[in-house]
Amino acid sequence: MSRKTYKPGNYPDLPPPPGTVGIHGWIKQNLFSSINNSLLTIISVVLLYYFIDGIIGWFFLDAVFDAESKIACRKIDDGACWAVITRRVGQFVYGFYPEAERWRIDITFLTMFLAFAPLLYPDIPKRKWLLYFSLIYPFFAFVLIMGGYFGLQKIEYSLFGGFMLTVILGVCGIVCSLPLGILLALGRQSKLTVVRTLSVCFIEFMRGVPLITLLFVASSMLNYFLPPGTNFSILVRVIIMFTFFSAAYIAEVIRGGIQAIPKGQYEAADALGMNYWQKTRFITLPQALKISIPGIVNTFIGLYKDTTLVVVIGLLDPLGIGRAALADTKWNGLSTETYLFVALFFFVSCFAMSRYSLWLENKLNTDQK
Amino acid sequence: MTFFSNIWRNEKSREIIVQIIVLFFLGWFISWLVMNVNANFKALGKDISFEFLFIPAGYDINQYLIEYNNRDSHLRAGIVGLLNTGLVAFFGIILATVLGFSLGIIRLSKNWLASKIAYWYIEFSRNVPILLHILLWHGIIINTLPHPKKAISLGDVTFLSNRGFYIPKPLTENGIELVYLFTVIGVIFAVLFAKYCKRKQDLTGVQYPVFWINFTVILSFPLIAFFLSGMPISFEIPALKGFNFRGGMHMSPELAALTFALGIYTAAFIAEIVRAGILAIDKGQREAAESIGLKASKVMNLVILPQARRVIIPPLTSQYLNLTKNSSLAIAIGYMDLVATLGGISLNQTGREMETMLIVMLIYLSVSLTISAFMNWYNNKVKLVGR
Repeated sequence: MSRKTYKPGNYPDLPPPPGTVGIHGWIKQNLFSSINNSLLTIISVVLLYYFIDGIIGWFFLDAVFDAESKIACRKIDDGACWAVITRRVGQFVYGFYPEAERWRIDITFLTMFLAFAPLLYPDIPKRKWLLYFSLIYPFFAFVLIMGGYFGLQKIEYSLFGGFMLTVILGVCGIVCSLPLGILLALGRQSKLTVVRTLSVCFIEFMRGVPLITLLFVASSMLNYFLPPGTNFSILVRVIIMFTFFSAAYIAEVIRGGIQAIPKGQYEAADALGMNYWQKTRFITLPQALKISIPGIVNTFIGLYKDTTLVVVIGLLDPLGIGRAALADTKWNGLSTETYLFVALFFFVSCFAMSRYSLWLENKLNTDQK
Repeated sequence: MTFFSNIWRNEKSREIIVQIIVLFFLGWFISWLVMNVNANFKALGKDISFEFLFIPAGYDINQYLIEYNNRDSHLRAGIVGLLNTGLVAFFGIILATVLGFSLGIIRLSKNWLASKIAYWYIEFSRNVPILLHILLWHGIIINTLPHPKKAISLGDVTFLSNRGFYIPKPLTENGIELVYLFTVIGVIFAVLFAKYCKRKQDLTGVQYPVFWINFTVILSFPLIAFFLSGMPISFEIPALKGFNFRGGMHMSPELAALTFALGIYTAAFIAEIVRAGILAIDKGQREAAESIGLKASKVMNLVILPQARRVIIPPLTSQYLNLTKNSSLAIAIGYMDLVATLGGISLNQTGREMETMLIVMLIYLSVSLTISAFMNWYNNKVKLVGR
C-alpha cells in the first residue's frame, strides 16, 4: 500500500469526482440513486409517456374546435369535440346577460383587480389612492352589474350565469365571511358565557351539516322565517348562506391562530394597561391573522369551489350552463369536454389563489431562521 | 348617576349586563322567527307534523341495502338513503386512504420525477370542485364506456359497461360455518400470540417475526377450513341476458362515479396531510434513530410513524367527515342517498320542507359531532405532555 504524501505549499483545486455535479450528477442523485429509485423512474416515464401521448392526441391533434353538432364533429375527427364550448363560450362566461351590455361585466371584472391590488399587495405604489377606490368599488360594481341607475339598463338576477356568477358568488362570500369569521372566533374565545355558547353553537352547526342542505334551506325555507310578503332574490339568499358557512370555518382557523399566540403577549398587553378592544386590535388579531393566512386562503378556495353547488338549486353557474348544453340533442354525450373545460377554469383560479397565499406567507414570515 | 357608572366600570357587573342584553336580543330574534313561521304557515294552511314519515313513499330507489319497495314508508326510504350514504362513504374512505397514503409517500420520495407527478396530480385534483369530479366521472362512465353488449370484460368474469360494473358474487353453501369458525379462531390466535410475543420481548428482549406468523395464520386457517369442508363458496358470474347483465354483484354507474370522485378528490387532501405529518417530525429523531443503528423500515415504523400519527390522525378524521358530507352531492347525479331520498323526493312529494330538512340536518349534525367528540378524546389521549 503506497501512501501519497504532499509537501506543504499551494496546489490547484482538484475537479469534483465524476457523477456528482452538473446534469449528470443531478440525474444520478435524483432519478437513479438506487435500484428501487431507478425502477420508480422507469415506471414514471412509461406512465407519463402513455398519459401525454393519449392526452395530446385527444386534446389537440385529433380534436375538433368548431362544428355544427356532435355528429358533425365525429365526422371530422375522433378526438375531443370542443365545438360544444366554442359555440357557447359567451354563455359560459356571461350566462344570459344581454349581449349588448356585456361590456359592463368586462369593466367590473378588470377594475376588480385594481380594487383588490392595494389589499393584496401592501407595497404597491400610490396605495392610499387605490384604497379609496377599493372602498367605493362595491357600490361601483353593484351599479354597473345590476343597472337601473345613470341610464344603465336594469338587468334581472335570473339572467346571471356562467363564470361571472361564480366570481360574483365567490367574491361576495369571501369579502363578507372574513369579518364575520373574525367576530365568531373572538366570540368563541370570549369570557362571556352567553356569547361563547352562541358562537360555539353557530360554528358547530354550520360545520356539521353539508352545504347542500343549507342551500336547500335558502332556496325553499328561508321565506318562512321572514315576515309574510318579504321576498328577496335567491342570489342574495345563497350569498348569505355561503357567508355563514365559510365564516364558521374561518372562525375555527382563526381560533387556531389566536391559541397559538404565546401567553406572554397578553400579559405584556395587560401590563401596558390595554383594554379588551385595544388588545384585540393591536396584539391578538395582527398575530393571529398572520399565522392563519394559509388556513384562511384554503377556506376561501373551498368556498370558491363550493359555488358550483348552486347548480343543484337551479342557478346557472358554469356547470348549469354546461348541463344545459349537454341537454341539447346536438351536443348530447359530450360531458367530458364540457366538464374538463370548467375544471380548467377552476384549476387556474384556485391554483393562483394558493400560489398567492404561499407568496404572502413567505413575505410575512418574520421568523429569524 | 355614580351608582350606574360604578356598575358599568366594575368588570363583573358589566359582563353580566352585556350578557343579559345579548340574551334579550337573542330571545327577541327567536320569537320574531317563530312568529314569522306561524304567520306564514297560517297563511299557507300548513302545520308541523311528522306523520308523513309513516305514509307510503311511492317512489322507487334503485340501490338498496335493506329490502325496499315503493309501498314502504318515507321513514324506511330515509333509512335506505342513510345506508346508501354510509355505503358510498365506506368505499370512498377506503379508496381515499389507500390512494392518499401512497401519494403522500411518493410525494416525499427522493425520486424527483415521481415526486413531481404526485405533486401535479394533487394540485389538479384538489383545485377542482368535488361536484365537477362527480359529474366528470359520471359522464365518463355513462358516455364513454360501451353498452352492455360490447362491455369491457376483465377475464370474462368482471364487466365494465355504461350500466355500471358487474363483478362475480360469492355464494355460500353448506359447510361455510367451518370457514367462519376458523377465521375467528385464527384472529383470536393472532391477537393472543401478538400479546405473548410482546410480553416475551419486554421480559427477555427476544423478538419473533410476529407480523409474518400472524399473517400466515390469518390467511391459512380459513383456507384450510375452506378445502376441508369441500370448497363451500362458489361464484355467480354475471352474464349478458337481453340488454343488460344478470347475476353477480352490481355497482351502479352513480355509485361507481361517486366513489371514484370522492376517493380521488379526498386522496389529494390526505396526501398533503400525510406529507405534512411526516415532515413535522424533527430531523433529529430520524438522525438519532439511524445513529443507533436501526434499519430504514424500523426507523419508519418505530420512530417516525408513531410520532407522525399524532399529527396525521385529527385532520385525517376531518377529511373522512368531509368526504361523508360531500357524498350529499350525490343528488346531482341521482344516487339515492339521505339528501336525495328524505331531503329530495320525500320533500317534494309531501311539501314538508321544515320537517324533512330538520331530520336530514340533525342526522348529519349528530354524525359530525360524534366524530368531533371522538377526535377531542383522541387528541387528549395522544397529546404530548408539556414540561
